[in-house]
Amino acid sequence: MAENVTTTPLDNADGDAVSGVEIQLNEVTKRYSGQREPAVDSFTMTVPAGNIVVFVGPSGCGKTTTMRMINRLIEPTSGKITIGGEDALSLDPDQLRRRVGYAIQQAGLFPHFTVTQNIAVVPGLLGWDKKKISDRVEEMMDLVGLDPSVFRDRFPRQLSGGQQQRVGVARALAADPPVLLMDEPFGAVDPITRGNLQDELLRLQEELHKTIVFVTHDFDEAVKLGDRIAVLGNQSKILQYDTPDAILANPADDTVAGFVGAGASLKQLTLLRVHEVEMTQAVTAKTSESVEEMRKRIDARGGRPFGLVLDERGRPLRWVHKRDLASGRRLSEAGRPVGDLVSKQSTLQDALEAMLTEGGGVAVTGGRGEYAGVLEMETVMNKIRELREEHGDGADE
Amino acid sequence: MNLFEYVADRWGSLSLQGLLHASAVVQCTIIAAVIGVLVGIAVYRSPLGSALATALASAILTVPSFALIGLLIPILGLGVEPSVTALVLYGLLPIVRNTIVGLGGVDPSITDAAKGIGMSRLGVLSRVELRLAWPAILAGMRVATQLMMGILAIAAYAKGPGLGSEIFSGLVRAGSANSLNQALAGTLGVVILALLLDGIYALIGRYTTSRGIRG
Repeated sequence: MAENVTTTPLDNADGDAVSGVEIQLNEVTKRYSGQREPAVDSFTMTVPAGNIVVFVGPSGCGKTTTMRMINRLIEPTSGKITIGGEDALSLDPDQLRRRVGYAIQQAGLFPHFTVTQNIAVVPGLLGWDKKKISDRVEEMMDLVGLDPSVFRDRFPRQLSGGQQQRVGVARALAADPPVLLMDEPFGAVDPITRGNLQDELLRLQEELHKTIVFVTHDFDEAVKLGDRIAVLGNQSKILQYDTPDAILANPADDTVAGFVGAGASLKQLTLLRVHEVEMTQAVTAKTSESVEEMRKRIDARGGRPFGLVLDERGRPLRWVHKRDLASGRRLSEAGRPVGDLVSKQSTLQDALEAMLTEGGGVAVTGGRGEYAGVLEMETVMNKIRELREEHGDGADE
Repeated sequence: MNLFEYVADRWGSLSLQGLLHASAVVQCTIIAAVIGVLVGIAVYRSPLGSALATALASAILTVPSFALIGLLIPILGLGVEPSVTALVLYGLLPIVRNTIVGLGGVDPSITDAAKGIGMSRLGVLSRVELRLAWPAILAGMRVATQLMMGILAIAAYAKGPGLGSEIFSGLVRAGSANSLNQALAGTLGVVILALLLDGIYALIGRYTTSRGIRG
């Protein structure tokens, strides 16, 4: 993940740009006969190309209905939907759906098909030749982190829930659609697997830059995944459509605030990575050096009488206080071991958690576990204050 | 003459009758399967239609086979026609019911996904729904075959093909020479054929059901 932070959209084997396209919904309404109120009332939204937009809202608010109108699993009663400028409602629905990836809860895999056959369905429907399909299947399995030699011929029931979801995502992406619709795709897996799958999706998105519409009722998931979040109320009314930052810092109304729930500030910390804030540098010494050497450095630095002992490869080992550095001791035994570490890629929430464990600053490591700096509590507090002021101003405009 | 001697003596005609019996049952099962599956496909989405189709097929099954065949003779005459008609009608219930149950039991999220990734209605039905319902449909066909095995024996009353004629003429001539052997040979033949076909069904099930859904 760390290597891919700044990748631009990659090209696939055909050289087509993989970037997503813009989706526009204009006054889209769905009425069911026999119901007075429309299920979705005049929904208008632009989903920017290459973004993940998360529809979040209580059960029955119409978010899934809204999403399913994009690939016409539900036909809108009125309104206009364009995908990449093309009028979705004038296309043949089956043709349209082959060009829009679709992933759902519990994957919806075909139990009588192997993993390979499942992933190959849409390319097959599009009439790709066999060689191209089998290459693409391998590529997709690699992409979602399933070893083809192990999983190629397995059936869905021989996979764990998380692996099934991965196949579901691979199947949705197999024909390289510019747009991906995901209906609570991670709703049925355990929280740890769910977290992993979310990370994977973000990693994939960094490579692929699809336009993704993601439906969930879990606000935390929305915050983690969304470039933008649409908080929906009844009849799919858009209560707020903004970046996660802005919604957390400044909910549009009480309903949104209620949905954001307690701990908005803590959630905001999940949006920030350690490398995005300033780190301080501690006094360091390697285990091979002497205690006197380290004491001298701490004195020379002034400030707080702490230092960090690193092993020979530069990884944080022990915290030492100046008073631990009595002559004659070895650095590898002085002070107390480092309890918790965070990497530059960790969220500030993880960092805060580690700080609470460590009782103060926490050591930050780089890609190979080497010491990179120290993150202080004050830095985190300042960052939150800063964000709040920023979005507070935005709301007054 | 004991039973074995009788069978050895009449092996030619017995084996021919047996072959005709099995062949008639297999053909009738196929006809019943085609009709039954089509009916099942037509009604499985509607609870009312499903109930009606099942009730109708059950009603046919409650008519005693002897009576049904007797009633068909004035309409269709003697021979193959009334026998085949009766067998197909009796075979419908298990097949229609199992088709409805099988198709109705397909997880809606799977058909939703199939539709959502761009399969046509026909594609969803043929590549997903029927494939998943297949074990149930096959089980229905298996029951239908067993039912037909016995009923075809009775169809000898309408001069139908198969081992029934052995049983009937044996029973009609009760008391005379070899009458018991004749009836027994016919009956045992039906039982043996039924067991054989059942074994074949097990094999078909094994080779036509995806490993992903095999129990």
